[in-house]
Amino acid sequence: MAGRVFGQSIPRNEDPYLLTGQAKFIDDIELPGMLHAAFYRSDYAHARIKKIDVSEARKLPGVIAVYTAEDFGEFVRPGPLQVPPPTAIKGSIFHARPLMPIAKDKVRYSGEPLAVIIAENRYIAEDAMDYIVAELEPLPAVTDLEKALEPGAPLVHEDLESNLAALVKQERGNYEEAAAKADVVIKKKIYVDRGAGAAMENRGLVVNWDDRAREMTIWATTQAPIPLRNSIATRLGLFEEQVRVITPFIGGGFGPKIMTSQPDDVLLPIIAMWLKRPIKWIEDRRENFLATTSERDQIHYAEIALTRDGIILGVKDVFYHNTGAYDPYGMTVPLNTQTHTVSCYEVPNFYTEIRMVFTNEYVVTPVRGAGRPEGVFVMERLLDYAAQELGMDPAEIRRRNLLRKERFPYPTGIIGQDFVEGVLDSGDYPETLRRVMEVIEYEKFRKEIQPQLRAQGKHKGIGIVCFTEGTAVGPYEGARVTVGANGKVTVATGISTQGQGHFTVFAQIAAEQLGVDVKDVNVITGDTGHFHWGAGTFASRGMGVAGTAVYNAAVKVRQKALQFGARFLGVSEDEVELCDGKVCVKGDPSRSMPLGEIALKANPTRGTIEPGVEPGLEATAYFGPPYGATGAGAVAMIVDVDPETMAVNIEKFAIVHDCGTVVNPLLLEGQVMGGVHMGIGNAFYEKIKYDENGQLLTASLMDYLIPQATDMPKEMIVEHLETPSPLNPLGMKGVGEAGAIPTPACFMQALEDALYEYRLQIDETPLNPSRLWELVQQAPKK
Amino acid sequence: MKPIPFEYFAPTSTEEALEHLANLGYNGKVLAGGQSLIPAMNFRMARPGALVDLNGIPELAYIKPTADGGLAIGTMTRDSKVEHSPEVAQRFPLLLEVMPNIAHPQIRNRGTFGGSIAHADPAGQLPAISIVLNANLKVLKKGGERWVKAEEFFLGPFMTVLEPEEMLAEVVLPGLPPHTGSSYQQVSRQKGGYSLAAVASVVTLDTAGKCTSARMVMISVGDVPILSEAATRILVGQKPTPEAIAEVAEIAASKEIDPGTDIHATAEYRRHLVRVLVRRSLSTAFERAAK
Ligand SMILES: Cc1cc2nc3c(=O)[nH]c(=O)nc-3n(C[C@H](O)[C@H](O)[C@H](O)COP(=O)(O)OP(=O)(O)OC[C@H]3O[C@@H](n4cnc5c(N)ncnc54)[C@H](O)[C@@H]3O)c2cc1C
Repeated sequence: MAGRVFGQSIPRNEDPYLLTGQAKFIDDIELPGMLHAAFYRSDYAHARIKKIDVSEARKLPGVIAVYTAEDFGEFVRPGPLQVPPPTAIKGSIFHARPLMPIAKDKVRYSGEPLAVIIAENRYIAEDAMDYIVAELEPLPAVTDLEKALEPGAPLVHEDLESNLAALVKQERGNYEEAAAKADVVIKKKIYVDRGAGAAMENRGLVVNWDDRAREMTIWATTQAPIPLRNSIATRLGLFEEQVRVITPFIGGGFGPKIMTSQPDDVLLPIIAMWLKRPIKWIEDRRENFLATTSERDQIHYAEIALTRDGIILGVKDVFYHNTGAYDPYGMTVPLNTQTHTVSCYEVPNFYTEIRMVFTNEYVVTPVRGAGRPEGVFVMERLLDYAAQELGMDPAEIRRRNLLRKERFPYPTGIIGQDFVEGVLDSGDYPETLRRVMEVIEYEKFRKEIQPQLRAQGKHKGIGIVCFTEGTAVGPYEGARVTVGANGKVTVATGISTQGQGHFTVFAQIAAEQLGVDVKDVNVITGDTGHFHWGAGTFASRGMGVAGTAVYNAAVKVRQKALQFGARFLGVSEDEVELCDGKVCVKGDPSRSMPLGEIALKANPTRGTIEPGVEPGLEATAYFGPPYGATGAGAVAMIVDVDPETMAVNIEKFAIVHDCGTVVNPLLLEGQVMGGVHMGIGNAFYEKIKYDENGQLLTASLMDYLIPQATDMPKEMIVEHLETPSPLNPLGMKGVGEAGAIPTPACFMQALEDALYEYRLQIDETPLNPSRLWELVQQAPKK
Repeated sequence: MKPIPFEYFAPTSTEEALEHLANLGYNGKVLAGGQSLIPAMNFRMARPGALVDLNGIPELAYIKPTADGGLAIGTMTRDSKVEHSPEVAQRFPLLLEVMPNIAHPQIRNRGTFGGSIAHADPAGQLPAISIVLNANLKVLKKGGERWVKAEEFFLGPFMTVLEPEEMLAEVVLPGLPPHTGSSYQQVSRQKGGYSLAAVASVVTLDTAGKCTSARMVMISVGDVPILSEAATRILVGQKPTPEAIAEVAEIAASKEIDPGTDIHATAEYRRHLVRVLVRRSLSTAFERAAK
């Protein structure tokens, strides 16, 4: 599929700005008269608000205003619900409790804002916090997912009967019947915990209300600029056109920045309108941990039923999912868990049940992987327990159960986050497994290397797992492609960019069609002033959905260029072609016209145009798939464990990944490695810990560990298989979350193999050396 | 994460700095590398009214060999200078082993040798190293000077014998006798991260191979660095054997330390680590002494 620039490892257009410190980030924005905001947050996780006295804080020199819920009047109400309820799933129950922008009457999580301070600078705003007196009556906190549902448990939302936020059951086939016929049934309680997005740049917002123009400009670190604009306009009673959201360069997103209903999103625009002065809020790291959404724990009661030969007959998974104090993002995360539990395997009978639970913790929304790693962890662990039980090799049990190539398109019978039945569109799962075994030299390691190492008392283990990644979901994205009079191309799309490389890959798609240099394509993302239709950057959909829209628009512009070019050159359309930024007459390069000139002529300022002709070399196109494309892969790793200290080194990591057509191998490798990095975090480093009172114990990077370069595998092999998706013209699937999905499961399998003599059956993630040592202490040594 | 308002003084001589400290009393605080103090201020955990910045005083940064084979290190000597000093490498190979474990290169370029000791973080390496190497600490105040043995310097977590008007000026490490070996062993969650537990040993043998001195200190397992009595009691006067080392490890891990449980590790695991690290550290130190 590779073309002149499409499919090539082209270095990133955006890097010169970023690497020389020229890029503009949100905190670089300075406006005349700008004020600064800080949030006074509750220390308690669950409490009734008696009184908040801000009178002394208001008197502090430099403080402009201090607001509590009272001051916002009717403006303070829950909502909006960002993701609709799963009504497409029969019998599902969902209690919508979208976010409160500021605590009123009751506090539901530690870190919930009680007051907003606006001051001349952030220093003074923070000083003012010392002068606020909040009288809160603490209530018992809900933090344990199972106890939360017991009768008599304290209620996070007192208008509900229990802390059950949602209940969703889905089944294909009949698990119980299958289990009754099985040779082996394995049941296990599995605990999966995932962490924060922890982007290098925290969130931020700059709001400027121009009272005379009656226009609001908002700079935001959002992954969803258009939904953010729309919800702000709605709440303020403005036209969407009166609000412009701009995303400057953003230092990473990883999911949580998809939120458009966080307290700052809702409150700062109205305050800017009231005060008629620009306001800046830059979140600090502590606030990011306390009050930017993240993922959290799930408890799975999982079962697998198999024949003696290791053929899967069925899987059952009933799981509790922590949604935190509110559920503004619907059920995206647990639905992804449901759809990814059986992922790449032939599982004729599958029962899955979500019990989503309200707790006094901060809200759970997708973090890179978004429920998929949880499902894959459960499934892959079940396969490992089964392999142990049956005395089979972990690779072999997988090989026997992977969906065959002939099965595509494969309807799964399970409805996913996009509310349609998941269909696996294409792939070759056995081939990814075969190749990953080859590149990591699986057989050689098992048969030759490992026995020698064990004889020397060394503890090196290998893990191997398979996974899928549902990507590129709808509803749709759009793009506008314009050739300027300078002959260069502008691409504008509605999604925003947090470092993925859209400025390069979208440019490659357009450049390939229009025959220009990639550097001559200016990509604009995340500015509603330039493009204002779209849903945002999530679910690994930028390339597959927005990228396809760019392609569709570029194809239209190409046709238009040939059409106009032929006319201006006085030949028929089939006599011309695109060459090097020009339309040329085939076989006669002396007769040509540069694209810029065509663009100029296509936009006459006097005279007449032909009926039906649209001006300029410009086109807009949209794309929305019927269902998401599914990427897949297989990973393997070799770890070295010090059995005394439980220090773990990942010596080698291999992944063979299939995201369909590869647009830019260089950037793809970066995406995969970044995902693996996060997966390593979820396996051994990153853990958000609340105590039983709902206090966050990990509110700094000293307590919440993120893998460093030194924690990455010493050797990493990234290879690709390209099975194009039939769902879009370029055959692309997403990859943004891939690496994060299989890594924890693979890590645990490798640990078990390294510490083989203890016969561990690890049923939790993440671990740390201390916890691993504890597990070894509890294990009956053989 | 912004500090409260504070005054800032930038003296250019030690005398001037001491003058400020005398005037400020409890209101003042020394700013050295700022790698611990500034974050603590940004978290508003430290709320000093005034800072006395020592960074403009060149006379406080030096590494000078002493006549007994030791070194005198000025308090403002950057950690990275100690890490890369040939004199340090030659006279105190232990430090060569320790320094790369302190945080990350960027932080060692700013963080100071004396600042780390004065900071008295129970998880910090240099307070413990100053004890195990028998350091003498020169403490100055306006019109006064006193010397404190490292062993007597630390009172508790982030607490030392320093009075508000005093500052640490110099760290003197006495020379080590021949046939001395040392070893530093640590386990941390990540490279450059604080240790979950660490052990440093300095041992000396006589020509017959008997131990004449055994100093061993344990880090991150109590309020202050813990100097093992068992190491000295059991090993001195003996030829070191694996059994004797194991005995030290057992006593150290079960009786001498007082580790806590936190989000990174349980107390039991830390005891276990001490048992392992004492063994590794002492065996390696003796091997090196015997060479
Ligand atoms: C990410 C990170 C990781 C780190 N990891 C480690 C680690 O693994 N091990 C470790 O030991 N340290 C670690 N540190 C701490 C670093 O080494 C500290 O900065 C150092 O311990 C303190 O030295 P400083 O010069 O920065 O002192 P400052 O931060 O300037 O001061 C610290 C305290 O000591 C006082 N003080 C400093 N100098 C004097 C003096 N001459 N007289 C009297 N009082 C004085 C100050 O008033 C202040 O209270 C880490 C720091 C960071 C940011």
